[in-house]
Amino acid sequence: MAGESYAVILVYSTSHAMRLEKLLAERGIVCKMIPVPRHISSDCGVCIRVMRDDRAAVREVVAASGIEIQGIADA
Amino acid sequence: MIYFDNAATSWPKPPCVAEAMTHYMSEIGASPGRSGHRLAIEAARVVYGAREAVAELFHAPDPLRVVFGANVTEALNLALNGLLRPGDHVVTGSLEHNSVMRPLRALERAGVGVTVVPCSKTGELDPRDLEAAIRPNTRLIVLNHASNVVGTLLPVPEAGAIARRHGILLLVDAAQTAGAYPIDMQAAGIDLLAFTGHKSLYGPMGTGGLIFGPRVDASHLQPIKRGGTGSHSEHEEQPAFLPDLFESGTPNAVGLAGLGASTRWIMAQGVEQIRAHEAALVGQLLAGLAAIPGITVYGTGNARLQTATVSFNIAGLEPSEVGLRLDDEYGIMCRVGLHCSPAAHRTLGTFPGGAIRLGLGAFNTAAEVAAAVAAVAEMAAAAMEA
Repeated sequence: MAGESYAVILVYSTSHAMRLEKLLAERGIVCKMIPVPRHISSDCGVCIRVMRDDRAAVREVVAASGIEIQGIADA
Repeated sequence: MIYFDNAATSWPKPPCVAEAMTHYMSEIGASPGRSGHRLAIEAARVVYGAREAVAELFHAPDPLRVVFGANVTEALNLALNGLLRPGDHVVTGSLEHNSVMRPLRALERAGVGVTVVPCSKTGELDPRDLEAAIRPNTRLIVLNHASNVVGTLLPVPEAGAIARRHGILLLVDAAQTAGAYPIDMQAAGIDLLAFTGHKSLYGPMGTGGLIFGPRVDASHLQPIKRGGTGSHSEHEEQPAFLPDLFESGTPNAVGLAGLGASTRWIMAQGVEQIRAHEAALVGQLLAGLAAIPGITVYGTGNARLQTATVSFNIAGLEPSEVGLRLDDEYGIMCRVGLHCSPAAHRTLGTFPGGAIRLGLGAFNTAAEVAAAVAAVAEMAAAAMEA
């Protein structure tokens, strides 16, 4: 089986991650809270891992939430 | 043993509160919002769960606009000291607790104008008097939702409408009503809601917070503390977003585990059901006390117009003596004195002697109320003979 292609949503605070995780789940978007991968950021916090194919839907949810994010990166 | 001191701290708590706190301490324990490991994430989930529960209960616009703190006093200090600057004017009522009055008096010395609108002797506030006190430089109305001395409910939705008409903010001290009386921040026009966890929310001490409505620009408030938030760690400046702007330092996560559980318990019971139960007990208590010769009951005397807190005096007896005898001879725990509210006692005409306060809660029963009425009747009869 080919390796899954993931992306991560980088947020500014864990509270924001919790809020976004909830909103993504409500839209049926599969996601998981994970530590920020070292190669992406030296930040010690968490980020939300999503499927790369869901990025368009993820961007919609983020925009509607009003939560400012650092960005979405391939993981 | 009859516990009638719920207006100070509710007790007992629903069993789910201690269970949630024990679970946190024994199974989770880590720092929320700091590290990224599984226990830290689980801890953050618990804290966020409490945020969501509180936001849902009060119809807050967004869980991220719930700022947790130690208690309602801290929340009121953040709102008042954060918002008001020299040259500003603030309007309040004469039933306020010292958690509002003391910050306001300190701000007054620093150049903030303070108008205290008199309430009636029964503790009622005429919204027209509130509106008449507003000046061009008025920035805020701060109002106790219900008196901690006599339970009288103040006209919060009317104050919300006034605040909107004048383009100013409304801060509500919900210490006595959060969980015991329906609160809809959006419908009532509450811009800042200060609450505590350990009273009618049935949570632990050391929990509370300030909820920001959509009209409040958080950048207009100065934080009262700054420090680590687990966010923006590369910067030496405080993050500008909620809740981190006002939530520095490791939070009371074990307490918030309890608060989340208690708030969900309240929603499962239904605030309306708790309110109906307490109003029935207060109706019984007011009727019982009114029938006793030598008793003065303060407030409106109408259970519909107040919370489950009733204050009275017995002719010929000091409140402190009544309190001691209720405890020693009848096993009834209450609170006597001035209840941290000299302004309210001046309004009621009970300053400086104070009064005897019975604070009922969701776990009290009609049998307990009947026992208290009988105890007070016995003491009042003996005092009249003396």
